[in-house]
Amino acid sequence: MSGLIVLAERCTACGSCLGVCPFGALSLEGDTVVVGDQCNLCGACVDACPSEALRVERPEATAEPDQATYRGVWVWVEQFQGRACTISWEMMGQGRRLADELGVALTACVLGHDVGHIAREAITYGAERVFLVDDPTLAVYRTDPYAAVLVHLVREHRPEIFLLGASARGRDLAGAVATDLHTGLTADCTGLDIDPETRLLRQTRPAFGGNIMATIICPKHRPQMATVRHRVFEVPPADESRSGQIVHVPAIMPEERIACRVADFVLESGQVNLADARIIVTGGRGVGGPEGFEPIRELAEVLGGAVGASRAAVDAGWIPYAHQVGQTGRTVKPDLYIACGVSGAIQHLAGMQTSKVIVAINKDPEAPIFNVATYGIVGDLFQIVPALTAEFRRRLAR
Amino acid sequence: MHAIVCIKQVPDTTEVRINPETNTLIREGVASIINPFDTYAIEEGLRLKERFGGKVTVLSMGPPQAREALKEAVAMGADEAILLTDKAFAGSDTWATAYTLSWAIRHLTPFDIILCGKQAIDGDTGQVGPGIARQLQIPQLTYVSRVLEIDPESAHIRVERLLEEGREIVDCSLPALLTVVKDINQPRYPTFMGIRRATRMEIPVWDSQALPEANPEYLGLRGSPTQVVRIFHPPARSGQATLLTGDTPAQLAAQLADRLLADKVI
Repeated sequence: MSGLIVLAERCTACGSCLGVCPFGALSLEGDTVVVGDQCNLCGACVDACPSEALRVERPEATAEPDQATYRGVWVWVEQFQGRACTISWEMMGQGRRLADELGVALTACVLGHDVGHIAREAITYGAERVFLVDDPTLAVYRTDPYAAVLVHLVREHRPEIFLLGASARGRDLAGAVATDLHTGLTADCTGLDIDPETRLLRQTRPAFGGNIMATIICPKHRPQMATVRHRVFEVPPADESRSGQIVHVPAIMPEERIACRVADFVLESGQVNLADARIIVTGGRGVGGPEGFEPIRELAEVLGGAVGASRAAVDAGWIPYAHQVGQTGRTVKPDLYIACGVSGAIQHLAGMQTSKVIVAINKDPEAPIFNVATYGIVGDLFQIVPALTAEFRRRLAR
Repeated sequence: MHAIVCIKQVPDTTEVRINPETNTLIREGVASIINPFDTYAIEEGLRLKERFGGKVTVLSMGPPQAREALKEAVAMGADEAILLTDKAFAGSDTWATAYTLSWAIRHLTPFDIILCGKQAIDGDTGQVGPGIARQLQIPQLTYVSRVLEIDPESAHIRVERLLEEGREIVDCSLPALLTVVKDINQPRYPTFMGIRRATRMEIPVWDSQALPEANPEYLGLRGSPTQVVRIFHPPARSGQATLLTGDTPAQLAAQLADRLLADKVI
């Protein structure tokens, strides 16, 4: 019998577990707790129970006998139009740390066309070995040929950990590769560490729009795969003196077997790329209309930042969805987030509250955005924002 | 045109409040809704049916009350709905969920397209869509913001995908699996006739017996490679904002500039 077990003789019906259940699956009936169908076996209640009356029984999964033969940490180096994405180097820093803790080698996987320079760069960021798959079929990212190569390489070389960036491409690829390999995949991790006793990778990630955190392991399947959220980890310093081995690997899927063709790519202007922006200036309902984004854009331009928007502003049709920050838009983590006329609904906070410094400008002193802000200005954004633009233009001489 | 739409019932996290004293979720009175991204997938399926004829089948795996989400999809206009529910499915991670859904979908062939939301707002993984596509060995097109062309006759689709750096235009063969973003459409409201039909409709329930080909070792908690070992609440962002005060906007701006430059974030 597997599932959440209530030890009725221990349960005091104190109710401590009811509030911590993220799924609202627990209720009190008489002098004991009853588990509803919504239970997802996450175990939040087990930790909350003061009388140890709750237990998650897990069935014995059939262990792969050859688990111990999986060795090493791998990182997929994402590139776009021949340039490595910064998230790749953030992961190399983490991959290096994990590899050192485990006493194993770090391998980078570089896929693309004419990307030999990225393989060499990967070595300066800590890779001892680089699998370089350089082929015209890989010039632009496509799921099938990329996944085919990585699945093949993993089966042949058996790494114990495989990290990919939690970008659009990284999530697309990781989901495909983990499915084919029949292994566990944890999305959008913000914390990675090794359990010294079991050598297992402990993967920590936010869920419920960042309202709860979950630590996840993959005990019986290899490799342990995770996508890693961008801008959570620092890019390590590149070290030109490092040496490593570049292994050339052929692509394995011929063009005629690939179902997709990329016909075009429309680059968005700098103000839309929220993912890489170090500074984001966001407008909310308070901007009042499409023209209200003008002062927001001007400030973003002076600061060299991107323009964000709340769901309210996007739903009103004032600005395209690509700008939306929050749970149904993008999750961002810039150094500086300036929220102008944003009230701070929970789904918006979920997408930006880990920003390093948050500035809130809002007429309403009670707006929830002030609860997460580093600095707050209670006032009219149409006066404050242009004043800020003028001030920064002067100080930054732009 | 047969479109299969995979949906998930989730707690309405926009309704969730945090208890500031315990820093825990207040779940009381929080409604269950169709995952918002899945409503765009349903709408896109309905639009394809309107253009090409055929039918829309909605599929959900979850507890028995997920029936309500399926009924809502029927009220919007979906033709058929199937609920996958069984204790044996409980505790499925994304691998086991995709595995189970893919076996159900094999019972619904032939189909031209599978539509999913880009991710669910409770788990935020975005992994089940690609998982289904790989299990079924069909191409996946994730983060689709527009279907630009689609022709069931020649089994061709052209879509626009929303990526970090911009928009990618991709041609692909059908059948394919699409995960869609919010930009793609504006979901319709249920109609009176739809609600009436949904109310009367008996939603078929499939348990593990209905999927005899599926390996029982790969279902539910037992079939899930990942295990949650700890759930905790993130520390709340520290303290109160420093409120800046000044007589004029220029004074406020100067103060803020001082602080931001001192913090080295500019």
